[in-house]
Amino acid sequence: MIANTANNQRPIFERPILETPFYESYKHLIQNDQYEEWSGYTTLASFANDGQEYFAVRNTCGVYDLCPMIKYDISGADAERYMNRLVTRNIKKMLPERVTYTVWCNDDGHVIEDGTVFRLAPTEFRLCCAERQIEWLLDSSIGYDVVITEVTQDIAALAVQGPISCNILKKMGFTGVEVLKPFQLGNFSLNGYDVMISRTGFTGDLGYELWIDAEHADDLWQALFKAGELFGIRMIGSLALDMLRIEAGLILVNVEYMSCFQTVRPNRARTPFELGLDWVVDMNKGHFIGRRALVAAQKNSLKRKLVGIDVDWNKQADGALLYDSKTCSRQIGEVTSALWSPTLKRNIALAYLDAPYYAGEKSMWAEVYLHRECQWERKVYECHVTPKPFYAPERKRLTPPEDL
Amino acid sequence: MTSQQKDIVIVGGGHNGLVCAAYLARAGRSVLVVEAAAEIGGAARTRELAPGARVSSGAHLLHAMPDDLINDLNLTAHGLKLSSVRLNTVSLNNTGSSIVFADNTVSGAEVTAKDKAAFARFDKDMNRFAKALRPVFDKLAPDVSIETWGQRLELLGLGWTLRKLGRYHMREFLRVIGINFYDLLDEYFDNAQLKAAIAMDALLGSEWGARSMGSVLTYLYRLAGYQRNGGMGLALPEGGMGALSHALAKAAEAAGAEIRTGARVKRILIDDDRATGVELENGERIAAGCVVSNADPKQTFLKLVNPDHLDTGFIRRIRNLRSKGKAAKLHLVLSGAPAFKGVEAANLGSRMLIAPTMDEIELAFNPCKYKRYPTASVMEIIIASAHDSSLVSSGQHVLSAVVQYLPYDDTPEEDANRTAFLETVLDQLEQYAPGIRAQVMAAELLTPRDIERQFGISGGHWHHVELAFETFLFNRPVPALARHCSPISGLYVCGAGCHPGGNVTGIAGRNAAQQVLRGGH
Ligand SMILES: Cc1cc2nc3c(=O)[nH]c(=O)nc-3n(C[C@H](O)[C@H](O)[C@H](O)COP(=O)(O)OP(=O)(O)OC[C@H]3O[C@@H](n4cnc5c(N)ncnc54)[C@H](O)[C@@H]3O)c2cc1C
Repeated sequence: MIANTANNQRPIFERPILETPFYESYKHLIQNDQYEEWSGYTTLASFANDGQEYFAVRNTCGVYDLCPMIKYDISGADAERYMNRLVTRNIKKMLPERVTYTVWCNDDGHVIEDGTVFRLAPTEFRLCCAERQIEWLLDSSIGYDVVITEVTQDIAALAVQGPISCNILKKMGFTGVEVLKPFQLGNFSLNGYDVMISRTGFTGDLGYELWIDAEHADDLWQALFKAGELFGIRMIGSLALDMLRIEAGLILVNVEYMSCFQTVRPNRARTPFELGLDWVVDMNKGHFIGRRALVAAQKNSLKRKLVGIDVDWNKQADGALLYDSKTCSRQIGEVTSALWSPTLKRNIALAYLDAPYYAGEKSMWAEVYLHRECQWERKVYECHVTPKPFYAPERKRLTPPEDL
Repeated sequence: MTSQQKDIVIVGGGHNGLVCAAYLARAGRSVLVVEAAAEIGGAARTRELAPGARVSSGAHLLHAMPDDLINDLNLTAHGLKLSSVRLNTVSLNNTGSSIVFADNTVSGAEVTAKDKAAFARFDKDMNRFAKALRPVFDKLAPDVSIETWGQRLELLGLGWTLRKLGRYHMREFLRVIGINFYDLLDEYFDNAQLKAAIAMDALLGSEWGARSMGSVLTYLYRLAGYQRNGGMGLALPEGGMGALSHALAKAAEAAGAEIRTGARVKRILIDDDRATGVELENGERIAAGCVVSNADPKQTFLKLVNPDHLDTGFIRRIRNLRSKGKAAKLHLVLSGAPAFKGVEAANLGSRMLIAPTMDEIELAFNPCKYKRYPTASVMEIIIASAHDSSLVSSGQHVLSAVVQYLPYDDTPEEDANRTAFLETVLDQLEQYAPGIRAQVMAAELLTPRDIERQFGISGGHWHHVELAFETFLFNRPVPALARHCSPISGLYVCGAGCHPGGNVTGIAGRNAAQQVLRGGH
């Protein structure tokens, strides 16, 4: 169901892009019209000031409109078997009311996407991801008793993130939300409708995601912002979110990698190992899609890997190529996402490095181009491999969270 | 309950499964063949149609089995006897003007000297091309990976075989292999009936009409079969096709293989990514070091293997394989010898074709595209009883005909459609053999769907999977199965759906045995 905003009521051919169910609720907060499209919806790069939005999440509470995220509900007697074969993690070990981060691969062991799996009930799952892929999900269901439904438009969701997110939710009346552990979900109610709350997010901070029937969107938003008013709650856009996720060391499809369904050049598709996601691949759980290719891949040493690096200077190394020497004689990698981290005061980046550089024992240099007063300057900075996540505050895991 | 432990269990006792069993048993492996039907042979079987009257209920002509395979397995010693070899082919015409193909020559009242000369040229050209392809048809499908020198040499060898044709013929080969038979035959011949008769050899069992692209390929496939069979041409095993299967079974059993019929495999057991045996419909489990499936790819990978063990891309490809047969089978028990116009009584045992012109082939083909039945079909008719009196009570005859093109009819009207279509076919036959209707003592028409039921072939396809460019050589039926191995170690495939394709050849069975012995993957 699509929320009945004025735009969404226009005939489809006049409607360039959908508004999310929360759009009418928060549109008065949009100050700089920085819109961007996300899977058919209009979303905000920033509402007013991306720096302030970023700090809201690290210091108080920031709210991100998640509605455009693609959501598939998968249910049926074979749902567990289906999911376990679809994704690389062991779904059989996953309890109901838990969430897990995973990737899923094609036959060649190349990553289709990364995302989260919610186990709503023993035979009910929800898969959240950024790209539509119903064909793959349906073809994967051949031989399984499952029903797969895209619920992107039916479910409205908000990410409520930051050190006082829990306080605000408690104030809204969600008693017991504080006992949710990371990657756990619970079912609550507000004004007579159901609210599913999961302790998940894309910011590396304490945070929750709220999931409701789209028709209650405005009511939820009003209640949330009323409760958070005095706590400095604010809407955040994708620019702030991007800073937050880089600090958290989280990868993003179409930035760190392309879905193997979309790559055209050879060697552009990535295995989970290349993405540094060995920890989400359970090679011992039995067969899953792509496993045989990954077994074969494991027989060879890994040629390249995505890692975190620190750049020894204060200018962001956006799109930088990485070299083996200061003279930049041989390219050994490239930066996919870069950030001068406001919280860490460190110049961090996610980068692909060839073997053996990803092991971090050899020095390397980033070639950075700076646009200074309309003139390009080339700089070469030394960099070092550093563990991810770059930023992981204790409050992210603490249960119950500190009562601020 | 695990009843037995074998080195190899083979799912299906079609002729390929039996060939595979024989080779494996001869190599000293303990082999068990489990066949769902009460009778072995798959689509190479003889069945009683009416008391005292038997007919080859699937394939009715033996023409593509390599002579070295027949010798290797001592099939003659195991009871294979041919009641006739090098059958002539007679193209019928309801005016009575027939054309006869006998030992590479063509004759007929209306065949001009020019067409006769053209036929000699055509036969030579096509046989040259078929010969170039034979090494790849007779052996394992070439490996397209070029990781080792062996693999590279193999591919180079394939290129070299074609280049060896010489510049002119190689170009000609590459030109005709992609075009359709209709155009090719127009280049050579004038006589419309002659063209249609030749076209039938490209079209029997396939999903195309003469105008479909790729129909030259299936013709060369057929010719390659004649080339390898040691000169038997079109042959009839005494006792029908089932007799060949029985000889194969005896050869396998003599080497120590065990064969069980009436034992349908419910699923292939897989443990730790390896095939470990089979479970039968009755719950019995048979443990084995490896499993070879003679069943078609769709049945094997969409029914017998739990999808938990397979990747989606693979399943998608298997599911999209074209496997709906278009050939039906007509069986008649006749009270006496039918009189076909233009065919002398002494020639009743020839292979007879009803395909007046290529346009009429196209017209017979068109309706099936829209799930309809043709009003006039094209046919290949064999009256095996003309050579083999053991098939019938005295004086009677059995007629077996491949009738094309029928849709895969899964509508609720299936039974009514079959009955109506049988009448249409009998009416059509009556025009070619007046009085035949009155001679019919028993009649049966197997539609592609009936063939599916009777022989356990998904879709009822002659080749299990369409023989076409996209499912050819290293792509047959899908790349992962091209060399008889499968994504699951210890699980092999040996049926007609594999390289090189269908017909009663035994090549897939033999190649699969070779791969099992190599432990190939
Ligand atoms: C109408 C028609 C006419 C034909 N005419 C000719 C001809 O004249 N000449 C010629 O050379 N070719 C002809 N062919 C083609 C030829 O018959 C086939 O290509 C060939 O017989 C295939 O042999 P196969 O052993 O690969 O498979 P099949 O013969 O299909 O054997 C597969 C076997 O596996 C068994 N099986 C399947 N599933 C299971 C299970 N779950 N458990 C246990 N057993 C199972 C089946 O019962 C069957 O016995 C014809 C085909 C058709 C349909």
